[in-house]
Amino acid sequence: MKKLFTVATLISTMLFGAEIIVKGSDTMLNLTQRLAEAFSAVRPDVTVSITGGGSGVGINAIINREVDIANASRKIKSKEISSARSNGVNPVEIVIALDGLSVIVNGKNPVSQLTVEQIGAIYRGEITNWNQLGGPNKKIVLYGRQPNSGTFVFFREEVVKGEYSPAMRQMNGNAQIVEGVKADEGGIGYVGLGYIKGIEGIKPVAVARKAGEAYVAPTDEAKVRSGAYPLTRPLYQYTNGRPKGIVRDFILFELGPQGQKIVEEEGFVPVTQNYSERNNQILQQ
Amino acid sequence: MKRRRIADKGVRVLFSVNAVLAAAVLLGILIFLLVYGIRAFIPAGAVDPEDPSTQPLTLGGFLFGTSWNPDAYGQPKYGIVPLLLGSLITTVLALLIAIPMGIAGAVFIAERLKGGVRVAVKMAVELFAGFPSVVIGFFGLIVLGPALARFFNVPSGLNVLNASVLLALMSLPTIISVSDDALRVVPHSYREAAYALGASPWTTAIRVILPAARSGIMAAVMLGFGRAVGETMAVLMVAGNAPIIPRSLFDPVRTITTTIAIELGESAFNSIHFFALFALGFILFLIALVTNLIAESMIRREKRSFTL
Repeated sequence: MKKLFTVATLISTMLFGAEIIVKGSDTMLNLTQRLAEAFSAVRPDVTVSITGGGSGVGINAIINREVDIANASRKIKSKEISSARSNGVNPVEIVIALDGLSVIVNGKNPVSQLTVEQIGAIYRGEITNWNQLGGPNKKIVLYGRQPNSGTFVFFREEVVKGEYSPAMRQMNGNAQIVEGVKADEGGIGYVGLGYIKGIEGIKPVAVARKAGEAYVAPTDEAKVRSGAYPLTRPLYQYTNGRPKGIVRDFILFELGPQGQKIVEEEGFVPVTQNYSERNNQILQQ
Repeated sequence: MKRRRIADKGVRVLFSVNAVLAAAVLLGILIFLLVYGIRAFIPAGAVDPEDPSTQPLTLGGFLFGTSWNPDAYGQPKYGIVPLLLGSLITTVLALLIAIPMGIAGAVFIAERLKGGVRVAVKMAVELFAGFPSVVIGFFGLIVLGPALARFFNVPSGLNVLNASVLLALMSLPTIISVSDDALRVVPHSYREAAYALGASPWTTAIRVILPAARSGIMAAVMLGFGRAVGETMAVLMVAGNAPIIPRSLFDPVRTITTTIAIELGESAFNSIHFFALFALGFILFLIALVTNLIAESMIRREKRSFTL
């Protein structure tokens, strides 16, 4: 009888399948896709389906109870928390990896280091020619993300500190920014660390917090990890309430050794000690 | 005999039900967009005087504002002028490219090609109409963009021109296919009359057949317009999407459709931003409605002169 019951559950999961639905950040899309593939090798009874759309889209989806996990490359806004609460949703935050947001220029551009203040002035439209930065006499063409992107929001808060120049080309994803800057000798863009490794034709610039301080390249993993790289940011996953059941299993897998190895392979930085302690507090039952 | 009459009646009822249904759906969409869009101007929820993002919009500011930035620090800006101009400029430019090419192509297919070749060419054209727009957008991003940038010696190929060329490509199959159908239904006696007067095949096609099919070709152009103004994905990928009023062919541009696509997902449900996007949708609907009405009246006038 017990055996029959087990078989019945097995068949029902095969038929109806336990599914985890993840939506959000485009920066985290490839990463979570690979994590999901590795997870289903361990847990063939669970399917994890992942779509992008941008962090804003993911967070909106968790507020509207459409998904189990929202991927976000920015922190949830207080306005979003209150609209979640009024919907009876309690967003809980996990950090699954770190990213060094990389400012990229065309490979032929001799400018190779910038301060955060300079990058801000470039994106506000105050600096418009590369010769103002010691480069060639070439107009600067801005490539950025569209407003539903968490990267758009993070960059605006941390670097632009004002309004983006309206002339910025708003690209639909990291890969498109890379393509744009690759083809444009005057171009500048910003993408997640996972999108610059092994790409030719572009180069990440080294960034300093302010003039006079050390310039750090985003490819220097130890300095992204320690936070010495100025544009280090956590990559988040949000669930409704503390994660339970298969959702909890999936997150534990992501944070486990196998998952964190994939994080590294995808070009991002594994979770550091203090974030990992915070995660554990949330995941403990 | 009797059975046939019953079948006749059944079909007539079926058709009228469908017609009413289609009209009702259209009206429903219009009302839905209006009801949602209007709430951007008449506040649905509480207006928090401390929070500028909850302030309702003014109609003047919406229709004549030249800045679109719902995420601005402080007072968000909802001026649709750059978006409206973006949609119209790319569409008109696309039609300027596509109409001459499309009509020429249709004349060639209808008048000069025979039998199997004709069928094959027409099938190829119609196949292209079903091409996913994301593929065409990718082509624009990777191939056409860099090529345009190099050819015109401008920094970036993601601009008005690129979007217009892609839109032209995408509306061509519609224009060719519908124009070809219009040319084909011109009575054979017209051709014979022209030949009898000693006209060459080309003169016949251009001076006689084309004017006779004018109303059908007008319909083809209007369908092409609809395709271009409503297209989203390809434009999203190649237009650069900066909400500015373009000053040249090489400036980036943002259209109404791409704005809705980009922003609807992130705008909070029932916020001013959310309703403003429905207001945009309503404007787009109005554009489509007006062009259709114009096309319809043109075709009708044409038909009247045709029967005389």
